[in-house]
Amino acid sequence: MKTDVAKPTEKTPTKAPETTRGKQVYRPLTDIIETEEGVSLMVEMPGVAPDDVDVTLEKRVLTIRGSVKPTTLENFTLAYAEYDEGDFERAFTMSEDFDADKIKAELHNGILTISLPRTVEAKPRKIAVKAS
Amino acid sequence: MLNPFYTDRRDPFALMRSLMSDMDLPQTTTAQTSFPPVNVWQGEDAVAITAEIPGVELSDIDITVNNNILMISGERKPPETPEASTWHRRERAYGKFSRAVRLPFDVDESKVEARFQNGVLRIAAGRPEEDLPRKIKIKAA
Repeated sequence: MKTDVAKPTEKTPTKAPETTRGKQVYRPLTDIIETEEGVSLMVEMPGVAPDDVDVTLEKRVLTIRGSVKPTTLENFTLAYAEYDEGDFERAFTMSEDFDADKIKAELHNGILTISLPRTVEAKPRKIAVKAS
Repeated sequence: MLNPFYTDRRDPFALMRSLMSDMDLPQTTTAQTSFPPVNVWQGEDAVAITAEIPGVELSDIDITVNNNILMISGERKPPETPEASTWHRRERAYGKFSRAVRLPFDVDESKVEARFQNGVLRIAAGRPEEDLPRKIKIKAA
């Protein structure tokens, strides 16, 4: 059965302190883009249900947590594993001009998309430079 | 790595041991050797496969069965971004993928069931009737 299966993929464990339950915590892969409206993050969290995601912004630190309910298949035993299941956790330090009340988070197919709009006052104003 | 302590003449193998233990250290790269990673579960008359495929639409996943080879393939499309956007970080990978898993029995197409939820694909494949072990009665002589 192992003929076609390659090396296990490595999920990176976080450097955060270990959990009391001894469960591994992983650092989810993240794409971050900046648009005119603000910043959006796309966080890869396979196996996390929408109710198990926790996003907080406190003192410029955006913390993303997702807990995974371990897969248990009735009458099945794990014969070969390439990935391990564990919670996801990652934190980013943001600049100060985000409106915490307007943060939107959406989970779709294991990707958490968080959009942080900039506050209106903080949107960059273009200053025209006059040639003298 | 080359600790002068290990060049102790009383123990000529110490240096080699230290090199060996360095090799055992977990790799710190996040590069995925193959995508998607799969877990294989063994049941009594069935096999289950779970795979983490986050960020792929259900319509972009194909599962095919050919005798005892189960193939998962598809494409992970990059997110649609507005034109005036700049990337801060790009850690996720995109593109086509395919994985083949050899099962311990020929799979009956009608006995394969797949479900995709929260980026995790679950496939259960049953063993065909004719392949099941048959019990043989022993007659008392």
